[in-house]
This record gives sequence, structure tokens and C-alpha cells, in this order.
Amino acid sequence: MRVTFTVNGRKQEADDVWEGESLLYVLRERMGLPGSKNACEQGECGSCTVRLDGIPVCSCLVAAGQVEGREVVTVEGLADFAKQRAEKGGCASGACGTSLQEAQQWQSKPADSQTGENTDLSPIQQAFIDAGAVQCGFCTPGLLVAADELLERNDSPSDADIREALSGNLCRCTGYEKILDAVRLAAARGENRTVGQGA
Amino acid sequence: MAGATRTPTNLTQGGKTDAGIGASTLRPDGTLKVTGEFAYSSDMWHEDMLWGFTLRSTVAHAEIVSIDTSEALAQSGVYAVLTYDDLPTDVKNYGLEIQDTPVLAHGKVRHHGEPVALVAADHPETARRAAAKIKIEYKELPVVTDEASAIAEGAPLIHEGRDDHHSGHVPHPNIVHRQPIIRGNADEAAKKADVIVSGEYVFGMQDQAFLGPESGLAVPGEDGGVDLYVATQWLHSDLRQIAPVLGLPEEKVRMTLSGVGGAFGGREDLSMQIHACLLALRTGKPVKIVYNRFESFFGHVHRHPAKLWYEHGATKDGKLTHMKCRIVLDGGAYASASPAVVGNASSLSVGPYVVDDVEIEAIALYSNNPPCGAMRGFGAVQACFAYEAQMDKLAKKLGMDPVEFRQLNAMEQGTIMPTGQPVDSPAPVAELLRRIKAMPLPPEQQWLAAGESADVRALPGGLSNTTHGEGVVRGIGYAVGIKNVGFSEGFDDYSTARVRMEVVGGEAVATVHTAMAEVGQGGVTVHAQIARTELGVEQVTIHPADTQVGSAGSTSASRQTYMTGGAVKNTCENVREKVLEIGRRKFGTYHPAWATAELLLEGGKVVTDGGEVLADIAEVLEGEAVDLELEFRHRPTEPFDLKTGQGFGHVQYSFAAHRAVVEVDTELGLVKVIELAVAQDVGKALNPLSVVGQIQGGTTQGLGVAVMEEIIVDPKTAKVRNPSFTDYLIPTILDTPTIPVDVLELADEHAPYGLRGIGEAPTLSSTPAVLAAIRNATGLELNKTPVRPEHLTGT
Repeated sequence: MRVTFTVNGRKQEADDVWEGESLLYVLRERMGLPGSKNACEQGECGSCTVRLDGIPVCSCLVAAGQVEGREVVTVEGLADFAKQRAEKGGCASGACGTSLQEAQQWQSKPADSQTGENTDLSPIQQAFIDAGAVQCGFCTPGLLVAADELLERNDSPSDADIREALSGNLCRCTGYEKILDAVRLAAARGENRTVGQGA
Repeated sequence: MAGATRTPTNLTQGGKTDAGIGASTLRPDGTLKVTGEFAYSSDMWHEDMLWGFTLRSTVAHAEIVSIDTSEALAQSGVYAVLTYDDLPTDVKNYGLEIQDTPVLAHGKVRHHGEPVALVAADHPETARRAAAKIKIEYKELPVVTDEASAIAEGAPLIHEGRDDHHSGHVPHPNIVHRQPIIRGNADEAAKKADVIVSGEYVFGMQDQAFLGPESGLAVPGEDGGVDLYVATQWLHSDLRQIAPVLGLPEEKVRMTLSGVGGAFGGREDLSMQIHACLLALRTGKPVKIVYNRFESFFGHVHRHPAKLWYEHGATKDGKLTHMKCRIVLDGGAYASASPAVVGNASSLSVGPYVVDDVEIEAIALYSNNPPCGAMRGFGAVQACFAYEAQMDKLAKKLGMDPVEFRQLNAMEQGTIMPTGQPVDSPAPVAELLRRIKAMPLPPEQQWLAAGESADVRALPGGLSNTTHGEGVVRGIGYAVGIKNVGFSEGFDDYSTARVRMEVVGGEAVATVHTAMAEVGQGGVTVHAQIARTELGVEQVTIHPADTQVGSAGSTSASRQTYMTGGAVKNTCENVREKVLEIGRRKFGTYHPAWATAELLLEGGKVVTDGGEVLADIAEVLEGEAVDLELEFRHRPTEPFDLKTGQGFGHVQYSFAAHRAVVEVDTELGLVKVIELAVAQDVGKALNPLSVVGQIQGGTTQGLGVAVMEEIIVDPKTAKVRNPSFTDYLIPTILDTPTIPVDVLELADEHAPYGLRGIGEAPTLSSTPAVLAAIRNATGLELNKTPVRPEHLTGT
């Protein structure tokens, strides 16, 4: 069958899609978007999380045919998605709020960032790099999509909020502490930005 | 083969020259990883590629009576179906140390999930469906599942007629390897004991559960060779095992490391490597294999489950008198790393304590259980679980504080190991315990303090809890462990690095090329830091790891920063000398300091140790490049004596201590770990941010095995019951507490920069600390991992 849908703002068509193919397979193998990861393909690990009409879903559990005519955002489109959200007058980075106190607990050195200098990253992507939240990185795309969505609806998440929002995303390398740091950092930077300190 | 592909690329990191060793420099692959562009092995892609699939045994032990592939081969879209009979040479087995693992089962299957046949097709689902049409007739055999059934009279031999180098000195052919260690006289010393405690401990089968599944792409070459893009821990070890099976010289099997989604020991053995190459060579087309999660649980070895018997004695003033132990590790159907795991379990079975009189035996079994091999902590983990429980038992019996009791018996620099090897670098065991005890405790029952009613999210069981804190009690537990770093027992352990320095765009830049497997640990970051420090350049490019450069050894045994980091350092030092030679030749006549002063490369310039700038490196190198490939070795070790266990077997030790705080719902049998604090000596933190990340990650894997992780094998059929993330649980962000880390840096004079391998030690003591805390909360004995609700409620 043919499936037509919007991926990261661009209309895409996939032909000869077998009825049982998942959205994850179509993205990875037919559209050249391997960013969404195939860690369990059972809906248990969250590595393949994408936004489907704004809702975070495990793309391995979505049949390709279900996305006909709908909008998908993957990690590859996250930076652009966050940018457009900011331009539409949402909170600037999609990451507003959180107390300065929480921000002060942050210890990394953003100025040290050699990576991503010339790359447009969303705030949560940059925060993951700066916080050391990326090790093997296989869980990272799914976590980024989930964390970005959390910050979109809650610009000042408590630790319990962060843990709850990310509880569907397994990570085997980090012990999660630096992932928490990354979300706190993105939130703190969002708050700084809204009070006019730039970013 | 021409055509569009997706394969690994260079990693280039600009930045500052002060982002050298000791700085929390960020990952050069970070941007690629957060944008989804990083090419993991399962992302490899080639125009016109086929998909491979592995058909696996549905029974644990059986003769294969017949295999009929005709119907599978007749399916539309199927390009090849291969069985044992299709293997191209007489080399039909592989293995890390003992070549006992069949590429495809022949005659027999020895464990549930063993590969039997391969299919290549134009769609993964076509391959799967075709494989389901392969007809295999099995004649089932009795299964060996534990020590008793392995050595029982008339027990089926897992490997009949084995003649490997361990077979001559093991008491039974179903025992892979045995290592006793006898030092002093444990029976005599036991007479001095005022208290003696003993215990039997059971350590469950843990899985590495890395997230990136086994996967890769094999592309047939025009010269009859093959290009393999794959996730592994040691390219050259794979190559050594792959090439003979394919009947190709090693130079015709060109391997490139593709993005690795975690490893933790589970990628030391081959999985789909040979299978993909066979299918590619047979079909003449690129073949990609990607395991699904179910298959991944069958596609790699696990951590050895173990039974451990321990006896310790102590005088009434708290000094250990003696230790006796017996450790039985279940290695499953194939040897994998079992012999080395036995060596580690025995030689580290005393833990970081001074005990002069010991009687130790460790064995690994062959059985029809899933094969077990390397996993983070490698034999030291199981022992630590048992000896730390023993320490608590002794302290309790003596009425002493468990931390003070450990400190009283803690080893230090100069202590003689049970193998007779002196510990010749800092061993701050007592200090790590002091630090962990001194860390502030989390506030009592935060969920109570928060308000009138408990926040159920903070309670054991979380949102699914049905209590509001009535039966919740808190406990605190401590543990400390010792792990060896690097390959032991006389292994010729080396690593190779190639470093090129040249001028690009008017600037001196360095390229580091090694075959090191970056599995997430951050080796690529550290290599760039080392090159910056040694060569004084800003921009360092990390070349993809491949077999075009000499071996880097394995990314395991906490050895890579030591070994390949050491190789990069060593090579950079030699490159620096060459650069200075060129400088002397070009500019030596202009300034006497070229001949007389100690010269350094710093900030892109040649400077004297007094700080005087002599030239830009770019000027020195203009028109020339320096390019060197050198090997680096650690100091030699020797095998343990097969009767006494004596020998200088280990290169270096690393130490970590944990304090766990848990809350237990004693009515429901649910545990919540509130905090898991760590103190670890890292010798020198080359990248503090990465060091902390490694320590927290290792700690979490130890937490997992304490309270939830176990591969369950049916004792009657030896079939795996829970090969999925639905049933095999690993900690989520809700299960994982705050992990404060205290890093100590006491340099080891034998190691590059004084560093100490760090990846594994935090996995050791995390588990016993959690167990100790649960015992402290409940008063229960608890001698098994993982702790399950029924153990806590007595149901």
C-alpha cells in the first residue's frame, strides 16, 4: 500500500508498504530517518519515541497505515520543531521555567561546549550534550522527544515530574542522573531566557 | 561494491587546547547522537541490500535428526537458506578461548536459542516467514542444568571428546575450568577464630541488556572478500574468529566499527558477524542482520549465575582469621569467557581484605543453560555479593559496626593477595569506606516529611502501590569491592594507536586512528583530550575504528583508557619528538634553545619549559606530516598456578564503596532504593564528567541485579522464560535513586597519567550494599539475588 504523511514538516510518500510494517520501520528503512531507534520493538523501552500529531508514541507500536494523513516529528526534526514552536510565541525555547535554585545545582560548563557549535540544536538536545547525558546514545533520541514534550507542557518540572515523564524510556548506560541534569538544565536555561538573560 | 551506503564517519572536534586531560570535555559524537544522525550498526544501509534472519533452536538439548529447507527456499523474495552443510571450510566452530561454539548447529543443539539455519530475503518479514517454514526434526536429550546433574554418573557430556587446554586438569568433562587457591593453612588459622560464620549465596543470571541490538551489514567485495560494519567490543578478536570460517585471509575481511548501542561484555563473543558474511558471500549482495529484542536475549552470553559457599572466622577484637570458599559458576553450553571468569572469581574471592589463610576453589560448569561469559565485573561481582554478606554477618555476631569492621580488615598498599601478589599501588579501601559513611544521609522518609499524607510516587512500588506508608521501614547498608583492571593471567595485552599530525588550512591538526571500540564509555573523547595535551593542538579528528590499523584489544576489563589511552599517549609522545626533530632541523640554527631546552608543544606552538615561544607548530610542519603507528603494553602478568593459585596475575586493581539507603514495604514485599552513594578511587580522572557517568551507570546495573534483573531458565527444560523487556526488567528512571559520587584520585605510578580503570568496580559493591540495606530494614537473611517480594513477605 501507499502511505502519505508529514514527517518533520515535509510531506512524504512510501510505496509498497506491507500492512504489518510499523511506523518505525517505514521511518528507518524507507525514509532514511534512522534516528528513531529499534531497541526493543515491543513498546517497552521508548527508544523509538516520536510525536504523532503532537502525542509522544512508541513508533514501533504504530502500524504504518495508521499515520496516513497525519503529522510525525522525529528526533531529526526536533530542532526545527522547537524553533518553530518558539517563533509561534510559545515559551522561547520550549523550555521555560524552573527555579534558579535548581539551576544553581547545575555543575557542568556550557561554555566548554565544543560540539554543536555550528549546528542548530533544540535546547533539550544541547542540554543532553552539556550535561553528559549521552553515553552510548541509543536511548537518547527517544528520551529527547519525550523530554521535549514534557518541557512543552510543563516548563518547571519537579524531579518527580521528570521521572514520571521519562519512566517509559530505558537507559542502560547512564544511571539516569545526568539525564535528570539535562532536563533540569534545559528548564533552567529556558527560565533564564524568559527573564532576558539570553542563551 | 558501488551504490549508496550509510556507514560511519570521522569525528572531528575543534575547541580549545586546554580541553586536554582532566577537563570535562564533551563528546565529539554528541551532536550526531542527539540529532539522530549517528550511524549505529542497526542503521547501516546499502542500496539493494537483503535482510538476514537466524532460525534458532526451540529446545535446549537435542540431536538434529533432519533439516528440510526446501519450502523456505521456494518462497518468493528468498535468496539463500544456509545450514551447517553450507559452511565453506572445515572450520565450523569459533570461540574466544576454546573453539567450541558452532557457527550453525551440527548434529546437536546444546541450548535453547542456538542458531541452526540462516535465511536471506528482500524484506525482514519475508526472511522471518521463510525461516518458519524450515522443518527441523529434533530428538530431545536429557538436560544438564546444575552441578549435580553435570557430574552425576552417566550425565550426558555437553562436549564429548573435548581436548582443550583445560580438559586435562578438570575433575569432570562437564567442568570448563577449575582454579583453586591455597595460601597459608585455613584449618589451622580457624582455631584462632572466636566466631565463625558461613553462608550459601545464590547469584541470578543477569543480562547486559544493552539497548542497541546485535546488528550489522556485510558487503561482498569485488576481490572475493567482504566488508563488515558491525557493533563489537574488539574488532581484531572478531576478525581472528571470522576469517577462518569464511576461508578468507584476514586482509580480505575488512571490519569497521559501527555505532555501538552499549555492550557491557555482551559483545565480546560473536553474534551475527559470521552469519551476515556467509549470506553476503553466498548471495553476492549486501546483507543486513538486526536482532529483535527477543532474539538479542539468545544472541549474546549472560553473566554467570553462581552458587557460593563461604566460611569466615574472626577474633573477638574483629580481625579476620581465615576464609574458605567454593564458587560454582554456570557457564552454560559453550565456554566463552568462562575460564577467565573462573580466574577472576577465585583470585578476587577474598575481597579487599587482609586474610592470610585461605582455601578457595572456583569452577565453571558446562550445562544446557544459556551460554554465559563476559559481563561488567566479570566474576568479581558474584564473589563480592557473597563476601560482603559475610562481612555483615561477622560484624553483627561480634557486635561491631559493619563499616568499622571492614576498615579494620581493609587491605592497603603492600597487602599480599591470596595469589601471593603484592598490591603495589594505592588501595584506599578504608578511606573509601570512611568517605561513604561521612556523606550526609537523605532525610528520613521524605514522603512523610512532605506533608500529611505520603506522595505515593515516592513509596516502594510507586503509583501502583496500595499502601500509604504504614508498613514502610528504612534500612542502610554498606559494601566495598575489588576488581582487576586489564587482561590477566599472562595474556599478551596490548593496544595500537596511529597518530598523524599535519597542517590543514594553516593550522596544525592531529588525527587519531585506533581500532578501539567506542561502546559509549567515552574513549573517543579521552583520545582527543590526550592528543591535545601531548601535541598542543586544538583540532583532533578521530578516525573510525577499523581493522586497517593494529589491534586495540577489547573494550572490556576496564582497560581501554589505560591501554588504548596509553597507546595514544605513547604514540603522541613519539610524534612530538619527530615534530621537534623537524623543528630543530628547520629552525635550530636560529635559536639555541632548540638544542638546549626541554621543549613542549602547547597552544599550537613550540615552547621551552621556561615558556619561551620558539615557533608555531604549523610553521614547523609546513610541507611535512608526521605519521606513526605504535603498540603499547602494560607490565606483564603470569598465569595462576593450577594447584595453588599463586602468581602475579593481575595488572592493577580498582576499588569502589557503596552506601545504599532503602525503604521496604514489609507487607507487600516492595523495595524502593532511596539513595545509592558511591566513593571510588580512579587514580586520575581524565574526564571527570565521563568518570561520574560511568560510576553512576555501573551502580545502576548493580542495583538492577539486587532487586529485579534475572534471566529465568526453567530447571526442567533449560528453556529461557523471559526473553523480553516486558519480563526481564532493567531499572527505569523511577527505580533509580539519586547517585551521589565521591571521586578519589590516588595515582598508580604504573599506569598512564596514574589512571585506574573505572568501568566495572561500581557494579560490584552496588548489589551487596542494596542487599545489606534491605537486610538492615527487615532483619531477614536474604542470600539470593534478585530480592523478590516473596523473599520479603515469606510467602
